[in-house]
Amino acid sequence: MSSVTFYDLIAKNKRLTYLFIFIISLLFGFAGYLIVKIFNWGTAGYIFFALFIIFYNLILYYNSAKLILAVSNAKPADQEVYYQLHNIVEEVSIAGGIPKPKVYVMEESFPNAFATGRSPQDACVCVTTGLLAMMNREELQGVIAHEISHIKNYDTLLMTIVAIIGGLIVLFRDLFFRSLFFFGGRRDRRRGGSEGILLLIGIIFAILAPILVLLIRLAISRQREYLADASAAYLTRYPRGLAQALEKIGNFKGQLKSATDATAHLFIANPFGKDRFEISELFATHPPIQKRIKRILELEV
Amino acid sequence: MVIIIIILVLIVLYLLFTYNSLVVKRNRLKNAWYQIDVQLKRRYDLIPNLVETVKGYAAHEKEIFEKVAEARAKAMGAKSPKEVAEANEGLSAVLKTLFAVAEAYPALRASENFMRLQEELSATENKIAFARQFYNDTVMVYNVACQQFPSNIVAKIFNFQLEEFYSVPEAEKEAPKVKF
Repeated sequence: MSSVTFYDLIAKNKRLTYLFIFIISLLFGFAGYLIVKIFNWGTAGYIFFALFIIFYNLILYYNSAKLILAVSNAKPADQEVYYQLHNIVEEVSIAGGIPKPKVYVMEESFPNAFATGRSPQDACVCVTTGLLAMMNREELQGVIAHEISHIKNYDTLLMTIVAIIGGLIVLFRDLFFRSLFFFGGRRDRRRGGSEGILLLIGIIFAILAPILVLLIRLAISRQREYLADASAAYLTRYPRGLAQALEKIGNFKGQLKSATDATAHLFIANPFGKDRFEISELFATHPPIQKRIKRILELEV
Repeated sequence: MVIIIIILVLIVLYLLFTYNSLVVKRNRLKNAWYQIDVQLKRRYDLIPNLVETVKGYAAHEKEIFEKVAEARAKAMGAKSPKEVAEANEGLSAVLKTLFAVAEAYPALRASENFMRLQEELSATENKIAFARQFYNDTVMVYNVACQQFPSNIVAKIFNFQLEEFYSVPEAEKEAPKVKF
């Protein structure tokens, strides 16, 4: 693994993130345009949506990690209680050459972990108490190394933004339909024809946007999981630790209560257990665990 | 004439860019070495605590305590990267023996304090190993830049020296795994 490919990867992740933010802003702008047209809000409506998009992007960019942690019910890990976890996070970040991320814990019996944050300088790693209870030191190290790899490669930037936007788009769609329902009567009756078309476009758009986000989420997540597994093996020089950890996670029956469809792709393994999404590989947020384990063990020297 | 000026400007820009990237790489390397240093110091600090704890349960194992103190002093006194590497290798070996001795005292092994120290020491061993690994990775990136054409020309002009890897004898490659 040469350093050049990693720098390329980081650049690609940043580019994708900004492109994604740009496209979504365009979509929101278009939606805003439709709403203003349909309800005849005039210039004030355009200004409102323009400001809304600017502020929402700023808030999104600077607070997405906090939002994700809040939604997942994560608490900062006490240095004294979780000293081994802190040690492991610190040693793996030394291996990766990044500052030590903040450490969070979720009270959950399902063994899982995720990382979030805009850059390695303000990253967070979060693990469930179930993971801590179930894994030995080497396995925990493997899991943390996987998360640190995501941080190092700026996957967390892209994945966090996608998670938040995914959640927001659904919210926005609901808002759109609801506003149609509530304010539908106030429409200007004189321009019925063009308005009907606009409304139709709006509805198609409202249905398509979430699907689009879902597909992007699926596409970005899976290939990055393989890569993070490989980088984790490279960081710890001990692929077996991560492989064993994945085996244990794969065998666990149950699902993560505080995970949602919007945050599922952030986790190291599918938080809903294998029953729900692994029916078809096409619609899975993560590659099948057995495939990942096989690939990791191939890295062993 | 214009073409010559353009070419000259391009060359100067290239020199500037390459020089700066070499400086960045060399600084990363220094930083990586500093990381190793921090962890080594932390390890030296932990050892007296460990010895005190073990003494509480196995005061008569004087020989091993002396060996630990000696190895620690030697490691702390080492100057060049090579000496540091060798002295710490010795220290790791002695610590391994100390933990082996501790095995024979169930009360010691069960003590909260000892378990915590054991975790701290093995974490520090890992940190040293990882810091070294990262240091070597950075040395490689830097050395490649110094040797590869055309950046090697810039390296030659501004006298960027190749850096040594933090090499350790094969035996020490694996951080001592403390068995409990």
